[in-house]
This record gives sequence, structure tokens and C-alpha cells, in this order.
Amino acid sequence: MVTEAPTMRRTPLYEKHAELGAKMVPFAGYEMPIQYEGIVAEHRAVRGRAGLFDLSHMGEFFFKGRGAGAMLDRLISSDIAGLAVGQARYGLLTNERGTIVDDVIVYRISESEYMVVVNAANIAKDRAHVLARLGEDVAFDDRSFGTALVAIQGPRAVDILDSQVGSSVRDLPPFGVARRHILGHPDRHLVVNATVARTGYTGEDGFEVFVANADAAKVWDALLEAGREAGIKPIGLGARDTLRLEARFSLYGNDIDETTDPIEAGLGWTCKLDKVFTGRDVIAAKKAAGPRRKLVGLVIQGGVARHGHEVTHDGEVVGQVTSGTYGPTVEKNIALAYVPTPLSKVGTALAARIRGKDVPATVVKTPFFRRPE
Amino acid sequence: MSTVPDDLQYSKEHEWVRADGDVATIGITHFAQEQLGDVVFVELPEKGATVRQFSSLGVVESVKAASDIYAPISGEVVERNVKVIEKPELVNSAPYGDGWMIKVRLADKGELTQLLSPTDYRSHIGETAGAGGD
Repeated sequence: MVTEAPTMRRTPLYEKHAELGAKMVPFAGYEMPIQYEGIVAEHRAVRGRAGLFDLSHMGEFFFKGRGAGAMLDRLISSDIAGLAVGQARYGLLTNERGTIVDDVIVYRISESEYMVVVNAANIAKDRAHVLARLGEDVAFDDRSFGTALVAIQGPRAVDILDSQVGSSVRDLPPFGVARRHILGHPDRHLVVNATVARTGYTGEDGFEVFVANADAAKVWDALLEAGREAGIKPIGLGARDTLRLEARFSLYGNDIDETTDPIEAGLGWTCKLDKVFTGRDVIAAKKAAGPRRKLVGLVIQGGVARHGHEVTHDGEVVGQVTSGTYGPTVEKNIALAYVPTPLSKVGTALAARIRGKDVPATVVKTPFFRRPE
Repeated sequence: MSTVPDDLQYSKEHEWVRADGDVATIGITHFAQEQLGDVVFVELPEKGATVRQFSSLGVVESVKAASDIYAPISGEVVERNVKVIEKPELVNSAPYGDGWMIKVRLADKGELTQLLSPTDYRSHIGETAGAGGD
């Protein structure tokens, strides 16, 4: 008999997933829901109405002290020094070789406190990385295992969340972050302290709600109940992946890792090259020279290309697929792949080698899906 | 719809067979489509191709992953379901109906004896009476 590794973690919402009939899979050391009703139905719920995600596996690092902002500005590729209180920014944790240790979002919670949300699979690695570079005037606190994260995403997310909070979240701008109380309207049966950010990984409007583990189930129930009329659905990791891929958000471990640099990954926009940060000189040199390969979007004409499949040109292997799926909103088989720069132009005819056969694939503009305004 | 219809025979790899004279229709079971999730692509052999019992005859891809379809019996493909290639979601909505895969002229009717009965297939997938979906 096969037994589960004894170290598998459960999020505080594990029981909720079981009640909702989720299929659970191991992911980054956690037992996580991959789907409830089905990936396509869940994907469409987020694009059309609203979806609720348990992302409690994600890591939350807190940095406090007068030097916190300056220190993070040196560790992360984007403009952290320029972050105002109540703002968040996407950026890359880079190493001296100019490659990607992780992709993160930095939230400036208060004058001297920052929260950095890291990928679950990278928690231990990132902790070691930042601890080795920690300034003396900065206090570091890894609250990953005590913090739950519930994301509500989709066009109806703002209405649903707004119905449950003490003061409105409507005015929170994209990438804004603020403290709120979740009160559980209409009867105000809750008082939950939450950090609410207008961020997400779906290409839709939406929020990420950080609470203590003990409050996670209350917030989950309140939002599911409040969203019932709007047609909210719980969303598993399966649809999270199809949603993010349509929106062309990178997945660490698939599209980016310590062998990829920000320029070839199409993440040069996250690198503020006129400041000092780890690996900056290497990245600036790569940008100046131009990348040898680029991460491009592909539409496959028959069959689904998956992570690790080869990309060919005239029968010759020229690159590799890093992510691939059927995109339920774009209704096409889409993929991201590293290809040589001369073959990276939109419209270039390539092929994905799927089960030994070269299936026609075309380089397309990304994102594959953009939310209509 | 029964999840394991009584008028079919089954393989351990979750294909079903409906034998009619010397032609058999092949598809994948309700259990298989449920495990796969949303089917988005189906690859089937051309008419005239031969398939060998328990060898791969084609592929179904769901959003999550690709899975081989194994031939429950050997024979020559006399028809493939063009509708299921165009609308792969038929595999989910009607695995025993419009979601069938291919029709095969049986090479050896004796092979049918190697397949599972509905009762055996039910116990193979751990389904007890009354359990299961729609």
C-alpha cells in the first residue's frame, strides 16, 4: 500500500474542500484542491461571475524596521523604494547570476512594514535567500504557516467582498492594499482582521484576503454565502492554472526558474535597471546584448502542448514548451515556450512535438486573453 | 444514464465495447471521463487502420493531462467518430452515446471473452450498487 508522505500539510480550509467534494492533489507539500465541479466550469465562473480560491499554501514574509524598504529594494528587481504605504508591486527575487529565485508581490503595509508573498514551493529557499542578506535594522518574520489566503476573483468579486467588509473596498485601486474588518454582513456576526489587496493571478478584477489561520473558514463561508446569488464558485488549482496562462502570468517552476533570466522571460519590465539590486549588472548586460531566446505565446492547431514538450522548426528541435493547456475562454490550445529570438516574431510558424508528431503552432501576441474594459 | 450500462463489455483500462455482429463500437467509460475531467482533444486512428487488443489506439486530452485510449479488441477501423473530434466535450456529456470513438471490424471474436462484464467492471472501479453519478 502506498502511504502519503507524513509531512503533507493541510490548509485551514481542508475540511471545506472535503465538504465541497474537491479532488485533492499534493502540491508544494500541501494537499490542495485541484478542482471541485470541473476546470472549465470553474474557469468560466471566474471570467463571468466570481470564484473563490484557497491560496493558503502561499508564503508570507514580513519585514519590519526602518531599513526594510531599502533592503527589499536591493533584493527585488522592481521599484520597492518607490512604493507608497498601501501599494503593492510585482517583482523578482534575483540572484547574483541574474536569474530568477522567485517571483513575488511586495505589499507596503505601513510606513515600516512590508509583506512579501512568495510561491509555496519556494518558501524554504526564499527564507534562506533573504536571511543571508538581511540588514541589521530589519526584523524578518516568516508567517507562512500561520497565515491563510483567500482570493476572490472575477467581475462580481468587488460587489461580493464589499458586502462583507466594515468599510468599502471599492476605492482600493489595482495593487492597492489596506486593512479591513470582515464583518459577515448582513448580520455582522464576525470581526475578522484582514489585509485586503486588489491583486490576483487570473486576469480579472479581484482581491486577495490575508487572515490568520483561525479565521480562514469564517471568511471562506461568508464570501461563498454572500456570493451565492452572483454565482460564485470555489475554484481549484486546475482553473487557477488555465486562468493565469490565458492572462500570461508566469508560473514559477514552469516558465521561470533559476536557469531563466528576466529579459528572455519577458519580465524585463519588472527590472528597474537604474537602481542597485542583486544581479542587476548581469541583467542589464543581457538586455543590452539582446536575449538569445524568448518566451513566446503559441497557439497549437491540434493537440495540447504541455510543459517539457519540444518546439520544432522545419523538423529541428529549437525550443521547449514551459506551460500549455486548453484555454477555456479563448477556446484554443495555448502554450508558452522558449524559442530562439529570430523565431520569436508574432506569426512565425513553428510546431510542438506532441507524442512524436510535429503539430503546427503559431507564435501569437500575449496575453492570450485580456479582460474587456 | 447508468454509469455502467448492462449491455456493454469493458476493459480494465476503462474502455467499453458494443459488439454488433462482426462490428464493434468502442468508447471510454463514464468513470474514465469523470477521472479525466473536461475533455478538450481526441486523436483517433484513420479509417482502414488496424488496432491491436490492449495497444494504444489514440489519445484523449483533458485540460489536465493526456491519456491513451487502449483498444479493447483487435480489428480494422471501419469508422471513426468525426463528431467527437470536432466536439471533444461529447466524451464527457455522452460517453456511451455521441461520445463513442471508433467502430472496428472484429479480427477475432474470441477476444471478447477477455473483457469484463458490467458486474466485473463495477467491482473493478469500486462501484457499489446505487453509487455513482448522473
